[in-house]
Amino acid sequence: MANDQVILLDYWPSMFGMRTKMALAEKGVKYEYKETDPWVKTPLLIEMNPIHKKIPVLIHNGKPICESLIQLEYIDEVWSDASPILPSDPYQKSRARFWAEFIDKKFYDPSWKVWATMGEEHAAVKKELLEHFKTLETELGDKPYYGGEVFGYLDIALMGYYSWFKAMEKFGEFSIETEFPILTTWTKRCLERESVVKALADSDRIIEYVYVLRKKFGAA
Amino acid sequence: MATEDVKLIGSWASVYVMRARIALHLKSISYEFLQETYGSKSELLLKSNPVHKKMPVLIHADKPVCESNIIVHYIDEAWNSSGPSILPSHPYDRAIARFWAAYIDDQWFISVRSILTAQGDEEKKAAIAQVEERTKLLEKAFNDCSQGKPFFNGDHIGYLDIALGSFLGWWRVVELDANHKFLDETKTPSLVKWAERFCDDPAVKPIMPEITKLAEFARKLFPKRQA
Repeated sequence: MANDQVILLDYWPSMFGMRTKMALAEKGVKYEYKETDPWVKTPLLIEMNPIHKKIPVLIHNGKPICESLIQLEYIDEVWSDASPILPSDPYQKSRARFWAEFIDKKFYDPSWKVWATMGEEHAAVKKELLEHFKTLETELGDKPYYGGEVFGYLDIALMGYYSWFKAMEKFGEFSIETEFPILTTWTKRCLERESVVKALADSDRIIEYVYVLRKKFGAA
Repeated sequence: MATEDVKLIGSWASVYVMRARIALHLKSISYEFLQETYGSKSELLLKSNPVHKKMPVLIHADKPVCESNIIVHYIDEAWNSSGPSILPSHPYDRAIARFWAAYIDDQWFISVRSILTAQGDEEKKAAIAQVEERTKLLEKAFNDCSQGKPFFNGDHIGYLDIALGSFLGWWRVVELDANHKFLDETKTPSLVKWAERFCDDPAVKPIMPEITKLAEFARKLFPKRQA
């Protein structure tokens, strides 16, 4: 779309922002990235996301779209001529939405609590996280991508968390490669894509960031 | 579409089941309603939704679709030529509808439910205040989305109307429990009028639960209310 103005308010470690960056790259959309610390409520962030005051916020021709999964659908609908992100079949689409919601509603909590908790709570959280990884690996099965033959919505939804996998492993004391080999093969396949690699934060930098957060959470 | 095989696993009292039913009614889809018994889960439910084990589950041609808002999307897409669209047609309006639907489920409803589960007066007052604040946002969202028309979606019931409207019965139960009006001519005049129109719609009216029945059910669900 000529004269399109696309801005992304994002924060470098955000798994949600990484999704949106992947989707924009998959569609070949040029955009302006604005690093936005969500702990510092800038006037622009408050104006564009007055309800949640969270990133990422996608601003398309001055209008804000909040929530990463909603952004993915929006990007897919607006730039519909480029390679599709969601399947066209209604049932397959419902499956993709279901599992993306699973990631955000079920997987998300233990994915950060695994490095933010200690003791008995930590053990329970780790167990839950491993169960969710197993569930997600089972859903992938023998498909190259979650949507089948092509990279898409659900791959983006989960790969958004990829940069945090190393921190989960370190503080959870488990190995994704050892426990979830099929999922590992899938991550490697996704990492062959420039759209994915460029969107992701460095895993070691995330671990450093986690040490900072753990102090905040009192888990150190 | 008499040849379609459509089943819905649900319960008369569930907000989320009601969403699926309204969407099916809007599209004039006939379906078999399989009622779950409170306190137990049928084998069909466990098989159809092994991840969450929750209703509603829509089963269309033997394929299960779970999660109420996902089901509504599915009905809109699978039967896109039947009746008016449930979601707005413009991508930005769709994004806004999805945003507020998520807000209703993830923020607003949690406050409403916390009134019923509150322990003690202080906690209850805090919950009421939070619902007040969040309902004001929905009043504004209604005015922004409807643009002076009768529904969030414009001229007829759509996705966001379904998302919030399905709560109206329970909302009334909570109001009675809290002895506090949230839908109020002064505070939320637009939502008050909208609620009346929504409840009167032919797609809604037959399946809107009776308040007294819901209140009885609430006493069963939240027995602490007796204390």
